[in-house]
Amino acid sequence: MDKGKIHEVISESIIPARDKDKRPVLECSHLGITFGGLVAVDDFNLTVGPTEIAGLIGPNGAGKTTVFNLLTKVYQPTHGTIILDGQDTRGMNTMQVNKAGIARTFQNIRLFDKLTVEENVKIGLHNQIKCSTVSSILRLPSYWKTEKEAHEKALELLSIFDMQDMADYKAGSLPYGAQRRLEIVRALATNPKLLLLDEPAAGMNPSETAELMENIRKIRDTFQIAILLIEHDMNLVMGICEGIAVLNFGRIIAKGSPEEIQANPTVIEAYLGKKKED
Amino acid sequence: MKGRKTLNKTSKNNFITMGGLLLVYVIVLILKEGGITTNLINGQLVPICAYMLMAISLNLTVGILGELSLGHAGFMSVGAFGGVLIGTLMQEVSDSKTLCLLVAVIGGGLLAALAGFLIGIPVLRLRGDYLAIVTLAFGQIIKSIVNILYVGLDADGLHVGFIEKPEILEDGKMIINGAMGATGIRKISTFTFAFVVLMLCLIVIYNLIQSRTGRAIMALRDNRIAAESVGINVTKYKLLVFAISAAMAGMAGTVFAFNYSTVTPTKFDFNTSILILVFVVLGGLGSMRGSLIAAALLTLLPELLREFSDYRMLVYAVVLILVMLGTNNAKIRNLVAAFISDIKSMFGGKKTKKEEKTNG
Amino acid sequence: MPFFTFLGNIHCHLRRNMIKLIGLSFITLEIEVQYMEFLSNVINGISLGSIYAIIALGYTMVYGIAKMLNFAHGDVIMVGAYVCFFMTSRYDMPAVVGILLSMFVCTVLGIVIERLAYKPLRQATSLAVLITAIGMSYFLQNAAQLLWTSNPKVFKSVVGDGGIQLTEGLYVSHVTLVTIAVCVVIMIALTIFTGKTKMGKAMRACSEDKGAAQLMGINVNTTISITFAIGSALAAIAGVLLCSAYPNLVPTTGSMPGIKAFTAAVFGGIGSIPGALIGGILLGIIEIFAKAYISTEISDAIVFAVLIVVLLVKPTGLLGKKISEKV
Repeated sequence: MDKGKIHEVISESIIPARDKDKRPVLECSHLGITFGGLVAVDDFNLTVGPTEIAGLIGPNGAGKTTVFNLLTKVYQPTHGTIILDGQDTRGMNTMQVNKAGIARTFQNIRLFDKLTVEENVKIGLHNQIKCSTVSSILRLPSYWKTEKEAHEKALELLSIFDMQDMADYKAGSLPYGAQRRLEIVRALATNPKLLLLDEPAAGMNPSETAELMENIRKIRDTFQIAILLIEHDMNLVMGICEGIAVLNFGRIIAKGSPEEIQANPTVIEAYLGKKKED
Repeated sequence: MKGRKTLNKTSKNNFITMGGLLLVYVIVLILKEGGITTNLINGQLVPICAYMLMAISLNLTVGILGELSLGHAGFMSVGAFGGVLIGTLMQEVSDSKTLCLLVAVIGGGLLAALAGFLIGIPVLRLRGDYLAIVTLAFGQIIKSIVNILYVGLDADGLHVGFIEKPEILEDGKMIINGAMGATGIRKISTFTFAFVVLMLCLIVIYNLIQSRTGRAIMALRDNRIAAESVGINVTKYKLLVFAISAAMAGMAGTVFAFNYSTVTPTKFDFNTSILILVFVVLGGLGSMRGSLIAAALLTLLPELLREFSDYRMLVYAVVLILVMLGTNNAKIRNLVAAFISDIKSMFGGKKTKKEEKTNG
Repeated sequence: MPFFTFLGNIHCHLRRNMIKLIGLSFITLEIEVQYMEFLSNVINGISLGSIYAIIALGYTMVYGIAKMLNFAHGDVIMVGAYVCFFMTSRYDMPAVVGILLSMFVCTVLGIVIERLAYKPLRQATSLAVLITAIGMSYFLQNAAQLLWTSNPKVFKSVVGDGGIQLTEGLYVSHVTLVTIAVCVVIMIALTIFTGKTKMGKAMRACSEDKGAAQLMGINVNTTISITFAIGSALAAIAGVLLCSAYPNLVPTTGSMPGIKAFTAAVFGGIGSIPGALIGGILLGIIEIFAKAYISTEISDAIVFAVLIVVLLVKPTGLLGKKISEKV
């Protein structure tokens, strides 16, 4: 593989104009990981503005989810740095990265199936509304206060997706689309600065997808956070993302606005294959 | 509001369990004071409480945290021998039986919690069956260590020896005597004391489960990676559960040991660990009520079957296998359900839905 | 502690050597004796380890395919030993007949256990299967107690009582040598079986992915039954060898070696056949050494402590595959 040829960056910065003067929420430089001899992600550079909705696209197996796993430290990167809102996440684990401000959803949904919808969200609130184990066991006043607070906050968050009526259902019994939405609510509950969504529209019908797009925008506007999403649904990506990065064979082959990406020959080649030389 | 309702529903269930337990205690106490129960049963009351406590504490690890432990009796052993040691030392200071027992239970619990914490450390690196084997190994190690541990007390103070018996003065006595175990224990455990310890532990477990901490623990059970991704500290909560569960097992061990004049290390071997696990699985993972009932029935059953002593363990084994097959195989489960509904319709004279369908 | 005394002895004698030249021959003799004792311990360790390895194979093969811990495996060993005992001691049959018959009985027993107790639980949780296996273990032990009472039987070694004086100071019993030889033969045979034969390949396929194996036309149920059959036949051999070396036969004879062999399987990496061999042999050597140089009473504690340390360094055993969860 001739890496030099594929590696063609059109626009280095995809940060929208309103975020230009602010400190970016995420700066990855030269991020990479190798599994055994296989280079899964290599020289990944990306900057995301504090209120940006950015997209990460690419063919299957390009390494998109691996990037998410690197950002959330499910895998430790073999090289490169991740700066989250000015803070280097080197040496942190998944839990610490979440506390520092990254929350995510999963491609293969990972809810706490045996617990209720409300409990799932309350678990997301774990580090937001605190109550010590001792006061919980002794049922001190702080327990009742924090439980009430968590209950109200959970319902408030669920209302973003109009799910407050489902609060008592077991998470595992929800329909697929609702499970994906619940994952987003749970991630939001951790009060992140950057929300990573891994194929949020997978398995949704067009009307559900349209609603999801609205909600993603609403989340960004209400919470003033950055969202980075992986998605195969091009309508969604082109419709809401302000900046897009295209990944192929573990490397970024293009970055830019939706219009730039759609017109980029390298991207078209990566998705559709190379034209035969005449 | 709906959310309140679930909380109330779970709480209601918990209160029913606690109330039921209290009711059983009162009834048994009346029967005992009235001289209706046999000596055989009276002798089993404290052990039954201890095994019930063992079962709910193991259920915390297996059912709520979701980690299989095959060495729970090891903690009971630590609590039993540690507690006996502390209790015997307390006798030198205080005459109050209850105070001695109380200090012994707390001390035994703390020692076991320490052991639980130590086991918790490898647990963090291991998963599934590998973890199970480490808990098994810890149980065996604890048994072996107690087997070679000698503690004697005389006017000069405590004498501790490993493998070899330490020399003590003539007026002294051995508290822990190697493979012979602890001897000359004052039988100061009472049914009421054992019940109070059990009840308090049950309340602690219920309160723990229904809290921020409990939700974090169950999140780890249901999906570790997702739990980490929402900022839950895996290390902290796993160690916490192992320590709490071990502490309760230790308390059970102390209460148990003070019910006998002699306790040997073989009382807390691998078979005991397995027995407790059977209580938990038969009672239902995560269900404290189930664990309590299973522990009480299965401790009492072999005692009641003493007349058929030759066959009782065989019957026990067969029942165990049949119950597991019956509750876990879909076909057999449906068969049993159909059979029960048949019987119901036979007696009630009403046709069940299923029959109506097949008839129509 | 004897082990340190052993080192101390050498050190002490060496110093004497510096002063007294006469002492030289004495020291060599001393070291020679220590060396022979050491060698004899190694051989005994390998022999005991061979038994563990043969039992561990049963655990590891069943685990590899059915992903379950067959707790009753240790008790199948006991049944095998009893069958052989009655054939040879009561009915004066030749040892070969006893062994073959006990292998046959155990094979049938293994298949029956699998069909009756484990097969209905193929879809159930692993904990449910584990408890059922424990129930089966209780059942076998108690059935044996009813049938044959708990009075210990003195097992007559199937290879006679003699031994070989290899060199001066190094005496090895027949049982020890035969055990090691049998273990080697079984290992070679199993390696060829799983590597070359159709059935062996089917077994490997099932252990990788049962669903895919079924789609390729492999009968998963038959494969699992055959695995149980092989494991149980090996258990019979292990039972006979175990009781030839340690002739005290009671209904609980199989439990402790069962637990140890299970530990050995995990030690080597459960699911791996060479792992069972390495785990078994290492466990045997550690146990014998702990008994010889430290203390008989805490040899078990040492064995299990080594296991914990190994698992801390290599969380899936010596030869186990690294498990990584896909996110």
